[in-house]
Amino acid sequence: MQAGQAAPRTEQDHPLDDLIGRVARHQDRGAFAALFEHFAPRVTAYLTRLGTDDGSAQELAQEVMLAVWRRAASFNPALASVSTWIFTIARNKRIDRLRRERHPELDPDDPALAPDPAVGADVALDHAETNGRLRAAIGSLPEEQARLLFMAYFEDKSHRAIAAETKLPLGTVKSRIRLALGRLRAALEGA
Amino acid sequence: MMPNHHPPEDQLLDYAAGSLGEPAGLIVATHLALCPACRRQVGALEAIGGALLDHLPAGRADPDELTRLLARLDEPAPAAPPEPAPPEPATLDEATRHLVPEPLRHHLAASLADLPWQRVTRGLDAYDLPLDRPGFRTRLLRIRAGAAIPRHGHSGVESVLVLGGGFTDERGHYARGDLGISDTSIVHRPVADPDGDCLCLIVVEGRLRFAGLLGRLLGLFTRD
Repeated sequence: MQAGQAAPRTEQDHPLDDLIGRVARHQDRGAFAALFEHFAPRVTAYLTRLGTDDGSAQELAQEVMLAVWRRAASFNPALASVSTWIFTIARNKRIDRLRRERHPELDPDDPALAPDPAVGADVALDHAETNGRLRAAIGSLPEEQARLLFMAYFEDKSHRAIAAETKLPLGTVKSRIRLALGRLRAALEGA
Repeated sequence: MMPNHHPPEDQLLDYAAGSLGEPAGLIVATHLALCPACRRQVGALEAIGGALLDHLPAGRADPDELTRLLARLDEPAPAAPPEPAPPEPATLDEATRHLVPEPLRHHLAASLADLPWQRVTRGLDAYDLPLDRPGFRTRLLRIRAGAAIPRHGHSGVESVLVLGGGFTDERGHYARGDLGISDTSIVHRPVADPDGDCLCLIVVEGRLRFAGLLGRLLGLFTRD
């Protein structure tokens, strides 16, 4: 991604939500094919950037999309955007497969879980809309921040490893990533 | 009561991005179960991951791949995911289920009272979780009410998550949900609260170095 590149259209978010709803309710294969068109190349690119070779990346992307089909009914638009949901599925599949371990996750129905403080309806997030704002904000990040952020998410690298590879001081890596996350969080909160 | 001591942001980022290994990920995820604020933050970091995924330059979908996948949609879903055999919830007693949230609870083969605890020092027992990864030690610690862990330094990073009771060290008080991280610059002497046992999950990278007279008596590393 280049800094200043136009963000992808945000209007397409709600259709993605609609598509997943149609898969969940009607096992609609046409809707699933449209989801595949959008996400399969991105998931494959994600896995490839993380060092999965081409053949395995395609095969694992198939597994991710198959999980999308099977778990469509569990997608909850009140919790996340479709892109976020699929990102977490791809992340977890990759860890299962390549590291042969699991991504440790809490159980939202666990009685031992400390409950969320009550949130008023007025602050409930529209995640599809948020995703659009986030994408626009990513498009306008300075190149040096965007590059480090992509490395943190898509190259399985700790801050320290990023510092070694970019030959930047660790403090600079941390502060640039922190700045980038701060801008994106502001976009997330609608600022 | 919300926790006061949290993982640093870069650790939450590594967790959300999936680059935190299992022991560190386990302690972060267990903290998340007890900390709504960090849960929200990880939700935001995952949302950023989703938006970055949308930003990845991607070509067109391969129609052959789609055909191949459509043919697989009617395959029966695999039975249960291959998880490390979870204990039947019924085999864990009420106190354990109340105190130990998922995903940590999955790693318990028995209720807390029935685990094969090993005595480390007076007032301190440990149980090694069956999850050791090279270079890491993952254990539960039980510090008796009012007992102190001998003063020690750290040759690697030590993360401690309080599950029950609490302790105080030179940096402050830690209660349920609080995550304390000690690097090589920290020498401390944690003391459990007087009103009840303190249960912690601890992940150590490298070895603890005990300091002072007791450390030397224990035949461990010395340093002050």
